[in-house]
Amino acid sequence: MGAQVVTETSYATDPLLGPALITLDHVHKTYQMGDVEIHALRGASLHIDRGEFIAIMGASGSGKSTTMNILGCLDKPTRGSYFLDGQDVSKLTRDELADIRNRKIGFVFQGFNLLSRTSALENVELPMLYLGVKTSERLERAKEALEIVGLGDRINNMPNQLSGGQQQRVAIARSLVNRPSIILADEPTGNLDSRTAVEVMDVFQRLNQERGITIALVTHEPDIAQYARRIIVFKDGRIKNDYMIKEPRSAREELESLPPLVEDEEDDE
Amino acid sequence: MNLLLTFRIAIRALGRNKMRSSLTMLGIIIGVSAVIANLAIGQGASAQIQSQIANLGNNMLFVQSGSMNTGGMRGGAGSSNTLIPEDADAIALECPSVRAVSPGVRANGQLVFGNMNWVASSSIQGTNEKFPDIKAWPIASGEFFTEGDVRTSARVCVIGKTIADNLFAGSDPVGLTMRIRNLPFRVIGVLGTKGQSAYGQDQDDTVIVPYTTAQRKMLSQTHINQIMVSAISPAATFTAEKQITELLRQRHKLGANQENDFFVRNLTDVAEAADQSSKIFINLLASIASVSLLVGGIGIMNIMLVSVTERTREIGIRMAIGARSAAIRRQFLIESVTLSVVGGVLGILLGVGASITISKTLNWPTLISPVSIFASVIFSVLVGVAFGYYPARKAAGLDPIEALRYE
Repeated sequence: MGAQVVTETSYATDPLLGPALITLDHVHKTYQMGDVEIHALRGASLHIDRGEFIAIMGASGSGKSTTMNILGCLDKPTRGSYFLDGQDVSKLTRDELADIRNRKIGFVFQGFNLLSRTSALENVELPMLYLGVKTSERLERAKEALEIVGLGDRINNMPNQLSGGQQQRVAIARSLVNRPSIILADEPTGNLDSRTAVEVMDVFQRLNQERGITIALVTHEPDIAQYARRIIVFKDGRIKNDYMIKEPRSAREELESLPPLVEDEEDDE
Repeated sequence: MNLLLTFRIAIRALGRNKMRSSLTMLGIIIGVSAVIANLAIGQGASAQIQSQIANLGNNMLFVQSGSMNTGGMRGGAGSSNTLIPEDADAIALECPSVRAVSPGVRANGQLVFGNMNWVASSSIQGTNEKFPDIKAWPIASGEFFTEGDVRTSARVCVIGKTIADNLFAGSDPVGLTMRIRNLPFRVIGVLGTKGQSAYGQDQDDTVIVPYTTAQRKMLSQTHINQIMVSAISPAATFTAEKQITELLRQRHKLGANQENDFFVRNLTDVAEAADQSSKIFINLLASIASVSLLVGGIGIMNIMLVSVTERTREIGIRMAIGARSAAIRRQFLIESVTLSVVGGVLGILLGVGASITISKTLNWPTLISPVSIFASVIFSVLVGVAFGYYPARKAAGLDPIEALRYE
């Protein structure tokens, strides 16, 4: 579309700025499937700084999902190390990883993954329940997060009373409510139509630009990747390409140029 | 992550599936209420038997004169005149397992006071001064007659509550004179309320007079109808029975091949057998009911396992956003314990309600003991933990990545 791609070969941490938010150092991941060893990652190294908006791309089996799981502390590298906020999290226990996920990572999934029959507000409260935030503060923060994603008037709706785009925005509110170091979004627009996808990308871009929240997006759609400012391409368990986008797409501008939508979806209850 | 929050999470999760939660609870509700109601019925029956045993007196035995046997005609027990007061004295003297003895003479007839009269089923009993002790039957007002009254065949009597109420219509009978079979007797005491006997007789509808008075002044007889015996302990009733039988056979000069001309009845024995069988009955009922509780527990486990599978994705989400394994395990444990405890409490209410209904409509005695309620609550918690643990552990052990991918 309108964005111009600038190819850059490597990306290094400025030693003066201290450690990067995320450093993957020669990370290997091997799965044992019966007698066969599957090498999902073969020595991936990566730095992500605070405030970045990156898109991770690659064909299926390229290692991008494994990378996402490791970045999300859902999985541990077989070899190599992973530093998050200067802490080596590759050797932590299951419970320690759960705490890291709770405090430092926000997840947004393709299928929204909201708890059914649970109001938007309660869904957003959930991460704070596991953190032990007091009730009054929890309510306040959950409402605030829902307002940030533009759902301040839908806090008591159940997921099945919300459109796909709205559900995904609830998921985004949930991901940011514990003020994480990074939001990991795994194909967040995969289940959405193109207009709603742009709306969701607008939310991500605003969070990134206005609040400086670091976002890593996994997608196989090149169009969607263009909303990020940096693209990392995986192939065969290694990083094949890592480049900055000089002029990312702006979801805001695209939404403004689109003809106004007849409000049929957002107001039916 | 504190317990209260986990509790709230569990309650919310249960609330999301009200139908399934209540059906699961139904198993426990039925189990607990069955246990409570069965125990209430069983314990009610047992308590009734116990109170009847208490009514029987102190480790009491009866000796009754034997049956008449003349020319092919056999009368019932007590129809012959084989017992005499000296037999009673001998039992008191020579049987070491015996604590107290009283001869007994029975009569019936009309009671008159002023313009009132009373006949009905009134039994007139002649005894000695040991009667209240042997029967464990205290005096409510006035006093019982003394050994002197017995020796002198005094015309004094002690009356039961029913007669006091009916014949004297509210006024205090002690010191008043009434007529028994047309003879004037001074009322010197009123017995405490004893209630119905095991056979449904009103035991308070009775007049007690010295047995000598009954023999000489009412019936003109030298024999007695029975001997009331109190053994030194419940266990001693058996030896007492043996000692009395031996002694009386000897006194009545019965040869080795002759039948007894008397009967010894050990009431404690009978009552205790009844009590034993009622206890076996309770245990049987309770164990059948516990089986239904067990089935209820298995129902909980079944539903929790289904629930864990069905909510695999939910578990994945919770893990992804930072729930530790312990938090997941606790959530599912609390869910199953909540199901079983709420079911248990509802079961208690239902069981108590059923017991009350049964005792009201069928007139069965029921007794709801706090112990059975307490035990039901404890048991419900145990069922919840025992049958919830495996599903909870299964949930906590899930791999977050696979759980998130679960369709």
